[in-house]
Amino acid sequence: MSNSVSALNGASANGFVQIRDMGLQGMITLRGDLSGATLKKAVQGAAGGDMPGTGRISLTDTGAAAWMSPDELLIVVPYAEVEAKLSDIGSTMADAHHMAVNVSDARCMFSITGDGGLVREVLAKLMPVDLSPEAFKVGQFRRSRMAQVPAAVWMASDGEARVVCFRSVAQYVFDLLKGAAAPGSEVRYMAR
Amino acid sequence: MLILTCPCCGVTGEETEFHGGGEAHLKRFGPGSTDSEFHDYLFSKVNPMGVHLERWRHNNGCGKWFHAARDTVTLEVYGSYPAQTLEPPQSVKDAITAKRPGWSWREFA
Amino acid sequence: MSTRLANGGRLLDRGRRVDFTFNGKRMNGYAGDTIASALLANDQMMVGRSFKYHRPRGVVASGAEEPNGLVGMGTGAHFEPNQRVTTTELYDGLTATSQNHWPSLEFDVGAINTSLARFLPAGFYYKMFIHPRPFWKHVYEPIIRKSAGLGKAPDQRDPDTYEHFYAFCDVLVIGGGVAGLQAARTAATTGAKVMLIEQTAHWGGRAPVDGGTIGGQPVGTFVDDLVAELSAMDNVTMRNRTMGAGVYDHGYVLGYERVGDHQPEAQGPRHRLWRIRAAQIVTATGAIERPLSFAGNDVPGVMLASAVRDYVVDFGVSVGDRTVVVTNNDDAYRTAITLKKVGLDVPAILDARVTGQDSPLMAEAKSLGIQVLLGRGISSVKGVKRVTGVDVCSQSGEGAVLEEIPCDVVAMSGGWSPVVHLWSHCGGKLVWDEATSAFRPDVTRAPTGARGEAFVVPAGAANGALLLGDVLSDATSAGIAAAKAAGHEGTAPSALDVEKIKEAPMAPVWMMPQGAGIKKRQKAWLDYQNDVKVSDIQLAAREGYESVEHAKRYTTLGMATDQGKLSNINGLAILSDSLGQPIPQTGTTTFRPPYTPISMAAITGEARDERFQPLRQTPIHEWHVSNGAFFEPVGHWRRPYTYQKPGETIDQAVSREVKATRASLGMLDASTLGKLVVKGKDAGKFLDMLYTNVMSSLKPGRCRYGLMCGENGFLSDDGVVARIDEDSFLCHTTTGGAERIHAHMEEWLQTEWWDWDVYVANVTEQYAQIAVVGPHARDTLAKLTDDDISAEALPFMAWKDITLGGMQARAYRISFSGELSYEIAVKASEGRALWDALLAAGSTFNVTPYGTEALHIMRAEKGFIMIGDETDGTVIPQDLGLNWAISKKKEDYIGKRAQARSHMTDPARWKLVGLETLDGSVLPDGAYATAVGTNANGQRETQGRVTSTYHSPTLERGIAMGLVLNGPDRMGEVLEFPRLDGAVIRAKIVDAVFFDKDGEKQNV
Repeated sequence: MSNSVSALNGASANGFVQIRDMGLQGMITLRGDLSGATLKKAVQGAAGGDMPGTGRISLTDTGAAAWMSPDELLIVVPYAEVEAKLSDIGSTMADAHHMAVNVSDARCMFSITGDGGLVREVLAKLMPVDLSPEAFKVGQFRRSRMAQVPAAVWMASDGEARVVCFRSVAQYVFDLLKGAAAPGSEVRYMAR
Repeated sequence: MLILTCPCCGVTGEETEFHGGGEAHLKRFGPGSTDSEFHDYLFSKVNPMGVHLERWRHNNGCGKWFHAARDTVTLEVYGSYPAQTLEPPQSVKDAITAKRPGWSWREFA
Repeated sequence: MSTRLANGGRLLDRGRRVDFTFNGKRMNGYAGDTIASALLANDQMMVGRSFKYHRPRGVVASGAEEPNGLVGMGTGAHFEPNQRVTTTELYDGLTATSQNHWPSLEFDVGAINTSLARFLPAGFYYKMFIHPRPFWKHVYEPIIRKSAGLGKAPDQRDPDTYEHFYAFCDVLVIGGGVAGLQAARTAATTGAKVMLIEQTAHWGGRAPVDGGTIGGQPVGTFVDDLVAELSAMDNVTMRNRTMGAGVYDHGYVLGYERVGDHQPEAQGPRHRLWRIRAAQIVTATGAIERPLSFAGNDVPGVMLASAVRDYVVDFGVSVGDRTVVVTNNDDAYRTAITLKKVGLDVPAILDARVTGQDSPLMAEAKSLGIQVLLGRGISSVKGVKRVTGVDVCSQSGEGAVLEEIPCDVVAMSGGWSPVVHLWSHCGGKLVWDEATSAFRPDVTRAPTGARGEAFVVPAGAANGALLLGDVLSDATSAGIAAAKAAGHEGTAPSALDVEKIKEAPMAPVWMMPQGAGIKKRQKAWLDYQNDVKVSDIQLAAREGYESVEHAKRYTTLGMATDQGKLSNINGLAILSDSLGQPIPQTGTTTFRPPYTPISMAAITGEARDERFQPLRQTPIHEWHVSNGAFFEPVGHWRRPYTYQKPGETIDQAVSREVKATRASLGMLDASTLGKLVVKGKDAGKFLDMLYTNVMSSLKPGRCRYGLMCGENGFLSDDGVVARIDEDSFLCHTTTGGAERIHAHMEEWLQTEWWDWDVYVANVTEQYAQIAVVGPHARDTLAKLTDDDISAEALPFMAWKDITLGGMQARAYRISFSGELSYEIAVKASEGRALWDALLAAGSTFNVTPYGTEALHIMRAEKGFIMIGDETDGTVIPQDLGLNWAISKKKEDYIGKRAQARSHMTDPARWKLVGLETLDGSVLPDGAYATAVGTNANGQRETQGRVTSTYHSPTLERGIAMGLVLNGPDRMGEVLEFPRLDGAVIRAKIVDAVFFDKDGEKQNV
């Protein structure tokens, strides 16, 4: 594994919140019939959690399952376990029409931590989404755009947001988040 | 800037999350079709003032295509529905009729 | 003279002195001042010169409507032109410079224009500079350009930061005057999420200046209480220094927050652009006082009556010692009363009306000893750089002077116009209100939103309610109505006990005096900033510009940076009068956002410098950067064009890379190639529809080159497809094509063949892919793997999973160069490790990383097409001699029907050939081959064009590909390609494969 390097190699930045490249994360794109019992079983086996409902993410201690579209989930698992999980999914799904591919290296995951309101404000500078605490709670999962690139976001807890983007634009997204968290630019809209 | 509701993921988002795809309910003409059928399929699109059925893709979102019934003058959105259909659902037709009695669009009314 | 009064100034903090300079002169003011109030406190009456005639101009207003007071602010990189003095807060160290004059504000050469004014009427430029035609480009335009423009553009990069912010609320209230505050409170009590924005630094608007009581308390106290109450509500956000710039479709509003303008040393952004989505919008944007049109109404010292009052009450500034008030309404009496009460002299109120009974305000003015002259107006203003007096006349006459009154200020009021801009931006209609002679919102025709609902509610003065009691009751209703429409029911609070001051009706006065002759009309300004006078509008009407939109563009009325906030109604009235029609029939010009100019940088937000656009980087990017890569953009990717060694030119570097690769070993970062996994029992059937050839027959472990077309038949992408197993394929796309082709596949799967069992995933970035190319490619890989990669085990157009340098890798034996070549894919996170391992393994073979230019040259030497070079959206595969990759057996594929259309099958199409210059030189890219004769436009006929052209280091001469009429049938013919400089290059039509025609090098 020593050869493996995430897009930004764990880079971090401190503004009025903290931004961190979370390093290599195991991620699987799973497409199939989300209402099927087989797929539910495969998800439980891979991520350990429940099937997420529309627009939601189910979080577990070691990973997550996020609803990407009516026929697609993003399964988050420890990086080292991806191949094994893929194999498990394959054997559970068997002949059922599905697709499970490793996208761990195609993505970059960021963690934004700090005061909950301020964490939301950083994201709200960049995403055309209502990220206020009433509208966007832990457990919700939103795909949208972050400035000029696609991104998905969820609240891991009240004081931590996670962002997933494509690997090739990781530096751009890091620069966006770092700029949005520049000291003195607190908006004080969601943070009082 | 419009707001649209994606019927596939339920998200109501601003226009920058979406990509317009022109007229909805096109019937594909392939090999074996006449020149005039193929010409109309490829080029003859309607562009009405008023009620229009059109295609959108939630490209900065769930990635799915859907259809929207929209007024090109007032920009009112009467409803949106999944793309896997050959005609607008009755609920959408009713919603248009409620606001624009007597409307028609191609073969639908 | 204008000066600071000993007392007063409700917005000032007299304990905090602030130093600033104006045109280099040191001045001081107080915290809370605007530049305008501070300049006036320092007796700086003149602030600039007008745009066209360079007339001396002073501050006219006290708010966003100010047309004259525009200055350059700051120095060096912080310089910014056209800052409005009435809306810019003073801060310590501020430097301001006046504009539009040379050499100085006091003495200006351009002022000669004012003497020439009668030779510079409306439309002068249009009429004068048309003939003789060549003069425009060489004489007129250069001179006009030099003198045109207001202010100077900064010449350095802006060091400040700017940002956007997305906000969502139920009710957005625009305007923090008493109407906005009251509307926000009533909306908030229903539980609605409310946002209240105010363009200035303070709350309450101008109501505290105008006086009156609410619940027995002064208005100021009412405002303070309301602000405190709202501040304590969790569902209310209040933002001052934030202007509602524009209202757009479906409840979208831009708010322009000037975060740092008043505190330039503070951390944080200078401006923040709020991108607000509101269910309902309350426009509580107030009203703007109108000037009166009389001769000399632009002389410094002539000001709006409300502004004169504001400077006294808000800033403790006396604009002058003796003020003549001229009005057509009661409100201006408040100015006379205010001035008198602070001990200033008001020699007369000239009231154009002839009324019977005195209204309360008239009575109060008279009781203070102010002379009120009814039926009177101003014949002309005395003074050039400063008012020295007025000639008084009868309003109903032609201007015969009845008396001269010495004074240094003229406070004028032509009535009030509701600020309907934000109501109108998104289609709200207007109605003419006879009583106030103004347009106000027609609430039955509001802008409509996504569900067809009305989404803007006007409130207070912006809705035509000008008296305090009316303002508050209107705002209360507006707040309740907006909250209800946003889904929050509530009941209106009990009515406020507001002191009622009855006002006498105003009387419209559009020209003063009514019978003013041409000389007076030529001195009566409508638009101060653009120097448009009453006579100009009348000339436009006479010349046939009857539409208000035409008259506006012909005269430039309302086209200055203030967008006609003062001039609009007065101009319309003059135009209507000239056309002999009522004002509503003339209508208004369109109100467009932004309400006042906003900075381009705020619109840009974070999108500048490294965040200007996303630049996509491969996992090997850092190595490229540190090894001399000269990058070129390919889509949003940055790919090395070539790697320059010290002392090398770009061309030399490219040439070295090609030669080394052909001779021994080259390496290319091909990670940007699109990679799409297509899986499902119908995957083969699906790919057969997408590609022009058959993919379903491909065997697992093998690769096949394919072409993709659009439904219109034109070639859109190409690439190698690898069959992974029975039901899955990996499709390579071009670098720029991954997202586009992925979307293309999803579109067909979702909207046409949704019953097919196929899933697609874009795994482009999951893998780093490195091309190992050249005679020693296999030798190099062999050093890193124990797997069998012999020609038998891994033949051309096959792929195999191997372990390479300890990494799981997939080796595709494909070639875009004609050499023995492998493309090796590993996980992106191991991409750099693989690159390093290959470099080390290849060191004994003079391994040479190469860039996109060497890639292009090598593919051109082999006659391989490149999407975007040989294709341009009008080229079908048949044009490129690719019939071998088009299935004749398949019933259908996307583009097949289109390729059967008559002009697609026309034998006389331009087709791909090679082009070899007779002298070995390089053809210019895009050059056309000329033919005999000329077309209908008299242009030379053409018969072909160059699509790819390079110097081939391998062949040591120019090679090119091109599309030529019937090209493949004309081998050996010589065509002529004129260059831009007129020289003609002759080139022979040859086969497009220039090198290794039999493919011996790649099949080893």
